[in-house]
Amino acid sequence: MKPFTYERATSPAEAAAAAARRPGAKFIAGGTNLLDLMKLQIETPAHLIDVNGLALDKLEPTPEGGLRIGALVRNTDLAADQRVRRDYGVLSRALLAGASGQLRNKATTAGNLLQRTRCPYFYDTNQPCNKRQPGSGCSALGGFSRQLAVVGHSEACIATNPSDMAVALRALDAVVETVKPDGTTRGIPIAEFHRLPGDTPHIETALEPGEFITAVTLPPPAGGRHVYRKVRDRASYAFALVSVAAVVQRDGTGRVALGGVAHRPWRVEAAEAEVPRGARAAMAAILANARPTHENAFKVTLAERALHAVLAEARG
Amino acid sequence: MKFDTPATTNPIDQLKVVGQPVDRIDGRLKTTGQAPYAYEHNDAVRDHAYGYVVGAAIAKGRITGMDLRAARAAPGVLAVVTAENAGALGKGRMNTARLLAGPEVDHYHQAVAVVVAETFEQARDAAQMVQVSYAGAEGAFDLAAARDLAEKVDQSASATGDFEGAFATAPVQLDATYTTPDQSHAMMEPHASIAAWDGDRLVVWTSNQMIEWGAGDLARTLNMPREKVRLISPFIGGGFGGKLFLRTDAVMAALGSRAARRPVKVALQRPLMINNTTHRPATIQRIRIGTGRDGRIVAIGHESWSGDQPGGGPETAVDQTRLLYTGANRLTQLRLAVLDLPEGNAMRAPGEAPGLMALEIAMDEMAEKLGMDPVEFRVINDTQVDPNDTSRPFSRRQLVECLRTGAEQFGWSRRSARPGQAREGSWLLGMGVAAAFRNNLVMTSGARVRLDGRGEVTVETDMTDIGTGSYTIIAQTAAEMMGVTIDKVTVRLGDSSFPASAGSGGQWGANSSTAGVYAACVKLRNAVARKLGFNSADAVFEDGQVRAGNRSVTLAEAAGGEGMVAEDAIEFGELSKRFQQSTFGAHFVEVGVDAATGEVRIRRMLAVCAAGRILNPKTARSQVIGAMTMGVGGALMEELAVDTRRGFFVNHDLAAYEVPVHADIPHQEVIFLDEVDPMSSPMKAKGVGELGLCGVAAAIANAIYNATGVRVRDYPITLDKHLDRLPELA
Ligand SMILES: Cc1cc2nc3c(=O)[nH]c(=O)nc-3n(C[C@H](O)[C@H](O)[C@H](O)COP(=O)(O)OP(=O)(O)OC[C@H]3O[C@@H](n4cnc5c(N)ncnc54)[C@H](O)[C@@H]3O)c2cc1C
Ligand code: SF4
Repeated sequence: MKPFTYERATSPAEAAAAAARRPGAKFIAGGTNLLDLMKLQIETPAHLIDVNGLALDKLEPTPEGGLRIGALVRNTDLAADQRVRRDYGVLSRALLAGASGQLRNKATTAGNLLQRTRCPYFYDTNQPCNKRQPGSGCSALGGFSRQLAVVGHSEACIATNPSDMAVALRALDAVVETVKPDGTTRGIPIAEFHRLPGDTPHIETALEPGEFITAVTLPPPAGGRHVYRKVRDRASYAFALVSVAAVVQRDGTGRVALGGVAHRPWRVEAAEAEVPRGARAAMAAILANARPTHENAFKVTLAERALHAVLAEARG
Repeated sequence: MKFDTPATTNPIDQLKVVGQPVDRIDGRLKTTGQAPYAYEHNDAVRDHAYGYVVGAAIAKGRITGMDLRAARAAPGVLAVVTAENAGALGKGRMNTARLLAGPEVDHYHQAVAVVVAETFEQARDAAQMVQVSYAGAEGAFDLAAARDLAEKVDQSASATGDFEGAFATAPVQLDATYTTPDQSHAMMEPHASIAAWDGDRLVVWTSNQMIEWGAGDLARTLNMPREKVRLISPFIGGGFGGKLFLRTDAVMAALGSRAARRPVKVALQRPLMINNTTHRPATIQRIRIGTGRDGRIVAIGHESWSGDQPGGGPETAVDQTRLLYTGANRLTQLRLAVLDLPEGNAMRAPGEAPGLMALEIAMDEMAEKLGMDPVEFRVINDTQVDPNDTSRPFSRRQLVECLRTGAEQFGWSRRSARPGQAREGSWLLGMGVAAAFRNNLVMTSGARVRLDGRGEVTVETDMTDIGTGSYTIIAQTAAEMMGVTIDKVTVRLGDSSFPASAGSGGQWGANSSTAGVYAACVKLRNAVARKLGFNSADAVFEDGQVRAGNRSVTLAEAAGGEGMVAEDAIEFGELSKRFQQSTFGAHFVEVGVDAATGEVRIRRMLAVCAAGRILNPKTARSQVIGAMTMGVGGALMEELAVDTRRGFFVNHDLAAYEVPVHADIPHQEVIFLDEVDPMSSPMKAKGVGELGLCGVAAAIANAIYNATGVRVRDYPITLDKHLDRLPELA
């Protein structure tokens, strides 16, 4: 860990402005991801802006009938909220499938959205990694890639986004609300929030330097059956090999987002027309451009079979 | 005391304290956080500094330059030690690779430097400023690729009868190859040490299972006299064999302390533990079994390939196959390839754990070929003598009783013989069985026992408690022998200034170390009797008193103001050669396999063990359920992922190297068969800590097969290994 300076933010706009003033500054929320990365010197912020004192820990209804989730709402509280459990069950289930009780008590909504990949080479500073050190190469290509992406990746990076919450938010068409250092605000649709790696895998989101997340907004409830299925090597406390977030209506139509397969939560709206025809047809369309490695080719089969189980559960 | 004739009746047989489910005497210290672990001896050491180890960034090659200027100039830094300024170092007898690299690098994350600073954070920050340049060299990192270059390991070879001929003509044959991966001990407490010099004397508080080996190898490494080194290791947060040997934390703490002229503490950071220290080596195992139509084994062959650093040793995965089943024609052979991966060495039940992972699937496959129940197939191939030398009986062998008891208790008769038949909702259900076998090793073990003027007993031995319960069973032994209640016994362990013990390894610790305490107590009893003018054969030690005829004296009085001390060691004679001493068990497992995703979830597990006298059923049960849990890891998830290009284990933390969590372990039961083994020691006990692991993974593998009809021969059985062969989804 590099020595760093520290301040407490006084308002969201001031937090963003402070971040812009200090190159190399980072926000710290729960710290459950950032501090681990700092200890390994994968993140080396010169300055930390602690945002925990900001009053962004509330869930409020929106005028449109949706729900506005403050950036600092803890994963535990979000998963337990009655409105979330009733109207956005896929989100509650995704959160509870992630990490552990202790971590969820600390982890925040914004921090969860911005957690970094679990590619093992990213964690070993002796190894080349374009995401950690742009231009150094990708060790995972041709290496241990069992956990890594099967679709949407590039020659520069085959990492996955590890968040469970983000997969559910993608299925729910959430919007990420931010404030920029100049004080302007905007809403970024979740579909545009996380980026594919391309040639710049170190740039992971649409956020601009200093831009601060204030909330995540959910549109009015979509109804239907909500299912989150996370497939992993042990029963708990493990990242997904593949996960499926689905909202399925009575008539068999529905939305499907996948975790564990790409650099961002993977949803192909155009493919969802196939959902009523079943898992095989739907997954063939969703993963049409899949290019797995030898080690993770099973994820394509697994995604289809997991979706099959999810659709059966939604019907049941 | 020499133990060379079978034990007869002795005070232990009273079983007033021994054999009782006594709570751990150190339990309160541990649950209240007061048991000091290696990194926490802050009362003993004042003014310590912190060392942080830098690991090599390449797997093989040499260091061409080191720039230490930035690190040395960093805030708080007191010293940086590398091979350049460490002085001449020797190498421990138990170490294969050196514990400080330079200029040659033998494996990834081999220590190249230790940075000592005022605070941990300063040391860690400065360690990351150490600039090392390397010239990498080609290395061998892939066991499968190196397999054909592997050489036969002579002492492992055994052949009885004509294996090849008998196998070729056997009416029913199996010839199958299995693989087990590299595994990590992954214990909670990292390797950690605090070193303090007093002139040319060195004291190291550390976390080590084998104090005498560790002290000797530290002296050898530092080229100093053994008697100037003291090792102290009273509490150990798990080891599983990963702390059998001197490791770099102790050496770096000692070197760092010498350079900084301050006590220094060093803990290996988790990402370093996996590639810097030892691991259980991967194996490729070929098993051939030939039987008659009646299911009797006529030929059994087991060959295993593994790799290690130059000068290292093989994973002895064929050992159990020499002894577990009958058969006139037998062959076992190990082959060893040179690999430049980190050093392989013992992990809980070395040899048998991976060996049975393969052998006990093979037995299941064979039973199926024969159309026999897997329990019956094992039962009819039982042997009460060493099959290689039929004049050598087993001292006590209750494998059949374990299998029968387990089958009865587990409801084995409800298992469908045809795989893929049982279903519950979306789960495919299956049951599996495997035999458990682990040899019983015995080791010389010493102890000192003191009786004081209050009638209280103190035991001192360098035996360690790695979470197993050594404190408690030693206290039980002394209480039984001296006729006092357990609260009158104090046990002090893990200090090289105490008599050398068997240490904790190879499941020899419980039996050997308590036998050593028994020997010292016998000596003390004799001294007490002599002092009181009693005939020692008539003296009865009971209720804090010594009685003979109608005379009775309290122990307090007998000890007098000065107290009395006796020291002795148990030494084992030829009995273990004349009798084959082994421990036995049977594991039964029920699993569910998700029909869609192939995820395997354990439903229930049962272990039945026959392992001599159980000294404390509570701590023994904990050992076995812990071992069963580890077996679940081995079956389903544990694997060090080898990057065969770069030569290291990639998943070097506990997020990526998965071990079971609570949700993976829903229901476990353990049954100990009533057994005493007078050939093993005066305690008539054997070990259970490793037995509990042996066979578990195969029982799970067999249960998965029973559920799915898909046979997987490569561990761990992750869902990708059977997913594409599972039934189509409707
Ligand atoms: C052992 C372990 C297991 C885990 N398992 C899972 C799992 O199974 N599934 C899963 O989904 N997750 C898992 N996680 C990840 C966990 O969900 C994240 O660590 C957590 O959600 C991050 O939230 P935080 O508030 O602690 O973020 P922090 O660590 O505080 O911050 C993370 C990042 O977000 C930035 N940031 C924080 N708040 C803001 C804001 N308001 N605006 C802009 N930037 C901001 C920070 O600068 C930092 O870059 C696991 C983590 C651990 C340690
Ligand atoms: S996949 Fe991405 S994160 Fe992993 S090594 Fe390659 S560039 Fe780095």
